[in-house]
Amino acid sequence: MTHDHKQILRQGASAAWPICLGYFPIGLALGVLAQKAGLPWWAVAMMSVMVFAGSAQFICVAMIAAGASTPAIILTTFVVNLRHVLMSSALAVYLQGVNRKFLALYSYGVTDESFAVNLTRFRDGNWDRWRALIVNQLANSVWIMATVCGALVGQFVPQGALGIDYALTGMFICLLVFQLQGRIYIITGLLAAALSIAWYLLIPGDSYIVGASMTAATIGYLLKRHYRRGR
Amino acid sequence: MTFNDYLFLFGGMGLATYLPRALPLLYLAHKEMPQWLIDWLSLIPVAILSALLAPSLFTEAATRSFAFGKLELLVAIPTLLFSLKTRSLGGTVLVGMLLYWIGGMF
Repeated sequence: MTHDHKQILRQGASAAWPICLGYFPIGLALGVLAQKAGLPWWAVAMMSVMVFAGSAQFICVAMIAAGASTPAIILTTFVVNLRHVLMSSALAVYLQGVNRKFLALYSYGVTDESFAVNLTRFRDGNWDRWRALIVNQLANSVWIMATVCGALVGQFVPQGALGIDYALTGMFICLLVFQLQGRIYIITGLLAAALSIAWYLLIPGDSYIVGASMTAATIGYLLKRHYRRGR
Repeated sequence: MTFNDYLFLFGGMGLATYLPRALPLLYLAHKEMPQWLIDWLSLIPVAILSALLAPSLFTEAATRSFAFGKLELLVAIPTLLFSLKTRSLGGTVLVGMLLYWIGGMF
């Protein structure tokens, strides 16, 4: 490994560690639930490698436990993961002209968490696709490991130790702060918060994430345009 | 379930996960994006982060009802102030965890 490679790996890892910390307890919990639902450890590993989508995996385990059919689980997965269309589109702004092979590999690791970390870094500059890919793949490795651990020995791990369940919430709070780069961002964020809560309470399912964020971004965009024209 | 049942299920789920992640990137990264789309997309991260966070702070997942003042929210306030002040991602994560851990003891 050359000096450059080492540096890319180190910088990628230093961006990824909060994700890894947060994935560990969630992955463990998923593994425990999967094991209780009757999935053997190798099926948990297979799922984490082939799917790599935390919320969809939780829903899948719950649906298997409830005796749901395979097409129903696949369709639900699709709906739950539609929000990633928005994230991939936002990332495309920073991955213009990158070759398709790289993008095909990169897409595999686009999760809520890696998206938020990488997009923040891309926007600040000093970030490139290789470092971003390291973040994706490190998060993925920890996720696979944690879910398998959970399936094997998860029931022996004490719940809630060291406040680790709050790691991802803390990370999202800070990444949200990084996004607040002006009044229009604050307004959009507040709108999305209010809309998502109302949507979550009124409409069953997971459409609140996509619905509230698209609505808030659209209102924010229109406000910004109106304000710009008005001057 | 047999190995093949799992393979079929996870293969289908994998596609349902991968396609929404890959298609927009593969398409948009090789296309001249109009300015309005870039402007709109620049507001998507703040909106998504808010939409992911807010329900977890202000609602109860088990009953899907409004909840004001749960521990997650109480810890979020000092955590938010800390991150505004320091702009440190790692520090914010650790402070949030510490406060949540302490808060959980009461």
